[in-house]
Amino acid sequence: MNFESFFGIIQVFVAIGLVVSAAAAIRFKNLIAAVLAMAVFSLILSLEFYVLQAPDVAIAEAGVGACLTTAMYLLAIKNTTDEEVIE
Amino acid sequence: MNQRSLHSDMGVIVKTTARATIPLIGIFGAYVVSHGHLTPGGGFQGGATIAGAGILFLLAFGLGEMKKKYDHHLYSALEGLGGLVFLGMAMLGLGVAFFYNTLWHNGPFNGEPGTLLSAGYLPIMNLAVGLKVFTGLMSAMVAIAMYRRWKE
Repeated sequence: MNFESFFGIIQVFVAIGLVVSAAAAIRFKNLIAAVLAMAVFSLILSLEFYVLQAPDVAIAEAGVGACLTTAMYLLAIKNTTDEEVIE
Repeated sequence: MNQRSLHSDMGVIVKTTARATIPLIGIFGAYVVSHGHLTPGGGFQGGATIAGAGILFLLAFGLGEMKKKYDHHLYSALEGLGGLVFLGMAMLGLGVAFFYNTLWHNGPFNGEPGTLLSAGYLPIMNLAVGLKVFTGLMSAMVAIAMYRRWKE
């Protein structure tokens, strides 16, 4: 398998994963599940940055998206409710 | 939800693993910061990595242990110091221009490109940005974790 076909296959899988995880993040009613979907979205986006040869952005995206925002959202959910409230 | 879940610490396995892992994450973050001009990474990435070690400490040992180690005035002062060091490095070559890299043109850090001391003020600026990002993110995380739910 040469590099171009491998590159294209990775791109297709990354695009599908991004769309699916983003749709899951806004469709889930449980907020903890939505935060986990956002963490998966950040992980796949970091992989996409790495494939597009931007390792600097990939490190920033992985560190901030996987660790900091997830912990921050979970701490915020802990102080409120973990179910979506429709008013 | 259980209101006291963050105030108590985790189990033995998590705490032992955190004791082993936190120095490794800190050393790797310091490597990313100090080699920011040679390898991918830099001030923000390394600072966020070290802040991840701090969040691991907060989650593994609980908020009570974090309150003993965390000094609000020290972190606030260090964040200001990071910004001031960045501004001071930018104003070192003010005789020529703002952001003039005088440490590389006629200073001590003018090594062969590719070595550690070869970029003038860039490693010092990376250290300043890393310090500022780490202290700012840790202050924000501890402030969010210490926030108490108001009574309805």
